[in-house]
Formats: sequence, C-alpha cells, structure tokens
Amino acid sequence: MNILTIDEAVARIESGMTIALPPEYCGVAMAATRELLRQGTGRLHLLAVPQSGLQADLLIGAGRVATVEAAAITLGEQGPAPRFTAAVRAGTITMVDATCPAIHAALQASEKGLPFLPLRGILGSDVLARRPDWRVVDNPFGNDDPIVLLPAIRPDVALFHCEMADSQGNLWIGRRRELATMAHASAMTIATVETLHEGDFFADETLAAGVLPAAYVDAIVHSPRGAWPLAMPGFYERDAAEIAGYAAAAASAEGFVAWLAAHLARDEAA
Amino acid sequence: MSATTAFLIATLARQLAGARRVAVGALSPMPGSAAFLARAQGLGPRQITVLGSRSNNDFTEGGRELFDRAAQGRIDAFFLGGAQIDGAANVNLVAIGDHDRPRARFPGSFGSSYLYFLIPRIILFREEHTPRTLVDKVDFISAPGTSPANVYRPGGPTALVTGRCVFAFDRTKGRFLLESVHPWSSIEEVRDETGFAFDVPQDVPVTPSPDDATLALIAGPVREQIAETYPAFAAGL
Repeated sequence: MNILTIDEAVARIESGMTIALPPEYCGVAMAATRELLRQGTGRLHLLAVPQSGLQADLLIGAGRVATVEAAAITLGEQGPAPRFTAAVRAGTITMVDATCPAIHAALQASEKGLPFLPLRGILGSDVLARRPDWRVVDNPFGNDDPIVLLPAIRPDVALFHCEMADSQGNLWIGRRRELATMAHASAMTIATVETLHEGDFFADETLAAGVLPAAYVDAIVHSPRGAWPLAMPGFYERDAAEIAGYAAAAASAEGFVAWLAAHLARDEAA
Repeated sequence: MSATTAFLIATLARQLAGARRVAVGALSPMPGSAAFLARAQGLGPRQITVLGSRSNNDFTEGGRELFDRAAQGRIDAFFLGGAQIDGAANVNLVAIGDHDRPRARFPGSFGSSYLYFLIPRIILFREEHTPRTLVDKVDFISAPGTSPANVYRPGGPTALVTGRCVFAFDRTKGRFLLESVHPWSSIEEVRDETGFAFDVPQDVPVTPSPDDATLALIAGPVREQIAETYPAFAAGL
C-alpha cells in the first residue's frame, strides 16, 4: 500500500496544476488543503466536481488560484463564499462558469478515452455563450437537432477524502461514484482516508461494490478527521460553527488572513 | 417558526400535486420542505431525492445520476431559484453587471442550464419579490425560459412562487400570468414590485393559507426530515 505522509503526498501537487475537487457532501480533503496552503503551491486551476465551497474559498483567499472552473462555489447554509465572491468582483481570478452535468460529462469523456461527449440543454444560455471551448453541432443522427459538445477534461490530479483504504491500496468510496469518475479521468489521484482496513476489500463482494481500485490511486494518506471542518458522512458532521466563523471573518481580506493563521495553528496543535 | 415560511412551504407543496418523482437541488431548504410536506399530504410525491442528503437519496452513480435520470424523463418536478428572474422566465444565478467584473456575484448556475430543459415541471421560487429580483431582462442567462422549436426541450418552467404571489408560466406566450396573490399583498403591490410585464386575469384569487393540520406537519415530520440537510434552517422552523 502506498501510504505517504500528508506532506509527501501533497508535495506531488505542483504549481499550475489542474486539481479536481469534490463537492462538500462528498468527502473533501481539508487537512490536505491546509498542507497545500503551507507548501505555497500556487497558480492552481481548480475544477469543482461540480461545485465547491470552503476548500476553494481558502485557496482563493490565500492567492493560490489562477482559474476556477465550477458550476457553483458556495458555503451552503453558511452563505456565499466570501473570498471567491471578492476575487471574481476584483477580477483577480479567471472564472469559467459551467453547469453541473457538463463537468460530469467532460470527465466521463476522459474516463472513456473520448475527445468529447454531447449533452442536452445549455442552448441559448450565457453559460454556453461564454464557453468558446464548447461547440454546438447538428445531431448527425437527427434532423435539425442542435446539441452541445463538451471537450474531455483531464485533470492533473484528483484530491479527495474517503472512508477507508485496504492493505492493497484500494479505496472504499461506497456510492460516492463521482470520486471514481474524478480518479478515472485524472492523471494522478491523491486520497486521504479516515481509516485503514487490514486485508483486501475484494475478498468481500459486499465491500467490493464500493471500491475504487488501487490501479487508479497514486498516493494515500491516513488522515483521521481529514475533512474537518466539513462533514465526513458516517463519521462526523459539518462543523457549522467553525464555517460560520469563517464566513464572518473572511468578509474582509484582513479577516481572512487572521482566521487562516489561527485555523492553521489550531490544526498543527491538534 | 415564521408564519411566512410555513405559508410559502405550503404554497410550494401545492405546486407538486401529481408529481411522483421530485428532486431537490442545492441551497433549497424551503423547496425541500415543500417536497416532504407534499408527500406527507399525499399530494403526489413518492420518491424525493435531496442533494446532500443520505437518507433521501437513492443515487448510486454519484452526482451525475440526477442529470442522467432527468434526461431519461425519470424526474417529474424540480425547483429553481434565481438572483434575477425575468418576464420570459430566464434565470440568472451568476452575476449582476458585467460578467468579468460584476457588481454582484452569486454561487453559479449549478445544474439549471440543463435541468430547465429536461424536467417537465420546473417551479421557480424566489421569496424576495422586488424590481431588483424580478427584472425585465436578466443580466446573465444561466438557463433560458423558452427555446426555439427545434431545440430538444421536454422541460421548462410552470410557475413562479414569490413572497407576494404565484405566477403561472405560459410556455406558448413566453409570459407569466398572475395566478394568486398572498393574503398580505395585492394586485397593485405585485404590479409595483415586479420589474417585468405579466398578464392578469379577471379574477385573481387569494393564495390559500395553510390549515392547522398542514402547520402541524411542517412543525413535525417535515422539520425532522429537512434537518438532515439543512440543520440551521430546520432549527428556525
């Protein structure tokens, strides 16, 4: 099993890379994100699959992001993502607006080794108007049936947090199959896990159904509470107080800097 | 519990009459509550999937399954909001002002650019009913209200529920029609506070208020079910 320390694993992420990030209900590698902030990795292209929140906002606030490609960035019940909002208004990041199924489909194109996939809808929207990389063609099997084509997205790295890794380096992700799609489509996958499992998930067909095979996984970090302050379903809830505190503090750039310093210090002390 | 919140949940729930399979998207505590209420009232919903929920989520293929199901015609109803909604039912979830240097920026289009085309009954919901939110023309079209005849589009808007009234949407005309006005508002107020033109029939009823049994459902099982995904919202119910 390719178990690394968190600093070794995160060091594989280089400045300028495209990183695929899962949604907040899915297992976000927040401990690894704090390590990414410490290592100073910058000019990142964030690909939210298909939306992100606190994770993207921290990286944006710290000035580590060049481009955000997402269907949405939000802190959910804790409100708008303040540093994302400020950065878009100030024009300090490039925002590439997408829609959820387009991001899923473009990753599925990579999974299949295809150059593109078609997708319904989107026609007549300004999302499409502002995406010169998307094309509209006439369905070759139809008759006057315009349809959008999306080029495949191949991220440099998929980064996420999930339940377990076994002794063979397989991950158990359950039905969170967007994590599998991210890994299949990306050149490299780094996962942090809540627990380590002695044995082989494939020895048990019930567990095998929820596996992301080691063949797709490049680095695993044992990181209990690795999604905190976000939720890890089945392990711990979202730390709403911590995130609400963030939302209030990060309303200003100065407040963000102070909050992040305290947050990182608390993480190191823990 | 805010009486207005309960009223709006009950009003949204009536929009789900006869819809068997309902999906609830991001940032949708009131629509989610309405789906649970409509199910508890036996109005139609049987299968409810709530984004971000574990117990009300039977997707096993990840986030894309909602979109795949919608494209297959397996979702009957869905709710959409909007920072701006215009008289042609165009929805803006992105920005006010110039897109590259906007005056205001919102989370993003989510799945609207796609689901608006594919789910037969899209219920628009925006509590704030002012000329700021209900505009003549949106600054950014996350999803268009109508499409040319050659565009594959089994879905689209059927209604717009606000804090003052209910509009029905006429897809052929591409216009809203005032359907009912909430007890605390009036046709005149709706006219003054709406930034787009709409049709007004001769008789405009008052939107019915929830009865005690409905209020009890909202304060009981509905609140319990929505708490899993929206704990802060449920705490205030």
